[in-house]
Amino acid sequence: MAEITLSSLAHTYETNPSSPEDYAIRKMDHVWHQGGAYALLGPSGCGKSTMLNIISGLLQPSEGDVIFDSRIVNDLSPEERNIAQVFQFPVVYDTMTVFENLAFPLRNIKTPEHKIAPRVHEVADILELTSVLKRKAKNLNADEKQKVSMGRGLVRDDVSAILFDEPLTVIDPQLKWKLRRKLKQIHEQFNITMIYVTHDQLEASTFAEKIAVMYEGKMVQFGSPRELFERPAHTFVGFFIGSPGMNFLDVTITDTGARYGDIDIPVSSRQHAIARASGSDNIKVGIRPEFVHVWDDRNEEAFEVPIKDVEDLGTYRIMSFYFGDSLMRARLHEDQRVPQKKAYVSFPEQWLTLYIDEYRVEVGDE
Amino acid sequence: MSLTLENVSKTVDGEDWISDVDLNLEPGSFNVLLGRTLAGKTTLMRLMAGLEKPTQGRVLMNGVDVTGVSVRERNLSMVYQQFINYPAHTVYDNIASPLRLAKMSKKVIDERVRETAKMLHLESMLKRYPLELSGGQQQRTAMARALVKDAELILFDEPLVNLDYKLREEFREELRELFKTKNCIAVYATTEPNEALALGGNTAVLNEGRLLQYGRTPEVYHQPKDILTAEMFSEPPINVVPGLVTESEVTFDETVHFKLNADLQSLTPGRYQFGVRASHIGLVPHADDDLELPMSVDLAEISGSETFLHVRSDKLELVLHLSGVHEYDVDEQIKVYFPTHKIYAFDMNGSAVHVPTRMGGV
Repeated sequence: MAEITLSSLAHTYETNPSSPEDYAIRKMDHVWHQGGAYALLGPSGCGKSTMLNIISGLLQPSEGDVIFDSRIVNDLSPEERNIAQVFQFPVVYDTMTVFENLAFPLRNIKTPEHKIAPRVHEVADILELTSVLKRKAKNLNADEKQKVSMGRGLVRDDVSAILFDEPLTVIDPQLKWKLRRKLKQIHEQFNITMIYVTHDQLEASTFAEKIAVMYEGKMVQFGSPRELFERPAHTFVGFFIGSPGMNFLDVTITDTGARYGDIDIPVSSRQHAIARASGSDNIKVGIRPEFVHVWDDRNEEAFEVPIKDVEDLGTYRIMSFYFGDSLMRARLHEDQRVPQKKAYVSFPEQWLTLYIDEYRVEVGDE
Repeated sequence: MSLTLENVSKTVDGEDWISDVDLNLEPGSFNVLLGRTLAGKTTLMRLMAGLEKPTQGRVLMNGVDVTGVSVRERNLSMVYQQFINYPAHTVYDNIASPLRLAKMSKKVIDERVRETAKMLHLESMLKRYPLELSGGQQQRTAMARALVKDAELILFDEPLVNLDYKLREEFREELRELFKTKNCIAVYATTEPNEALALGGNTAVLNEGRLLQYGRTPEVYHQPKDILTAEMFSEPPINVVPGLVTESEVTFDETVHFKLNADLQSLTPGRYQFGVRASHIGLVPHADDDLELPMSVDLAEISGSETFLHVRSDKLELVLHLSGVHEYDVDEQIKVYFPTHKIYAFDMNGSAVHVPTRMGGV
């Protein structure tokens, strides 16, 4: 068990990096606390796999240190770091029984035989593999094999951390949620640091207490699923988390507020002051479709906007509308009246976020 | 063009892969084939394409029997899960290939390729090779090739499975737009109910080789003919609770019961299966007569902006679909509010006998 610290860490695959874009991981400091359930989330090419390989020891960082508790482990292999890994596809020995597969990591580190059986049974019990312990692994289905793979990751109680790399890819969709539940229970029982790498917001948010969102080699937010949804720290998080993602408008800052084209957008005086002081000309306001207020009737607060279309998504609807030149979206709940052709919308201040150079302006709202 | 399947069956090694499917697809329609893995989606598309011959029944195009006509003689194109392109040809040449095969003039080819590339946002990629492109761009190239030749029938076999969900969102929206103006028949296979809803058009729900229901997508969703269709066309799945209707009450078990209300009054006493959509159970009451049920949390599945909350009690296992992020620990004790309106009732054969009226208009 270990606390994993990344200190001034950066990584490039180039021999002579000349610009920040040459880095797969841009310089960062980060701590993964002992016992946490974490996810590393981002689209392909964001640097999450590089990060995973640096933590596991498959890759040495080109700059900075990886520290387990207080020990620098840059030069140590995954075995020496005591890292267990579960991959996308099951890694099992087909000719061995499930028992032998689960016992393998223990026998590898010369655990006394009398200690092996109880531990294997404990892990098999948690993963509901007890009834197949005597079966050869090759006779299992894909779900069971992946559970064996997970069991091999869990069987040693002395590991520093367990890293999961998209572990549910091969699992039947109808069974996925059961394994997600299993993983959460396992985390609660074992108190081992777990880092779960995925491009899927559902996998990440369901598993993790805290999610690190990676984008262009940077960790743009490290927060709980709720924080990612309600207070995205970066425009990318707003876009990437949620379906559909956050609405953004490019605004200019005037003497009194924010302006989009010839429309004044109400922002708080605090947001206004910070935006003004920044001197930046890359300023956006963002609001999630869930928080756009759609009124039944005309009123003073609301903008009248033309509707592009309304999609019926079963028990809710997504209304697309034009705001100036921008296409925006609002979520309508099922019992809400569906406006025709035009709608009256407003952006409640507490849900309207200001972004300067793509980062959220923190106004001490919580 | 219209496409009609008449009593089409396909048997392979004594196993029924497709059983007695009747389906009529209108010109210009966008049709989703929804079903789980092995429901028969791919087989049905291959039958439509002429890649397979039905064991029984007929396939008609524009009323003409084409059952025995090979795929080469039909004007159709297909897009697959895998990104299939010619790796040695540029994007331009990939898109142009069906037109060259049809021996069109260079000028026409150039016009059509550029027009189609524009629709699929590939204008700046035309000189590149497929393997230099991202997965999304490779699939765009394959789609452009399918669209360029003005096929009468375009078949999409789970084309977005290998793309991440943000790209899928983007593609679905574009496909909706793209096919608004097209006069061909599009058939799109998916395992995901929410993808069917997002694509709109019509949906055919398939299960074990049988066509359960076909109609306008929202109609099939809101008015399923039977319990199986309701279950196949909902994600998270609709909650099904067996119960008893008496002269005055609906009873799920002794602890959960409520007075027969105006909605369910027409039900004659007897046993039913009741269906309640995951989004109709809440963490706060929506109506005075909602039932408060103490439950224990199995798991909160959070998709970023939504939560699927799996809960259980001794008697019931339910799923809630909530907007926003709701974090719960496994085994946490909570109260949920179960509606006594908005309930579907199915008889013991599974046929829908009561479908709730919808608020909010169509």
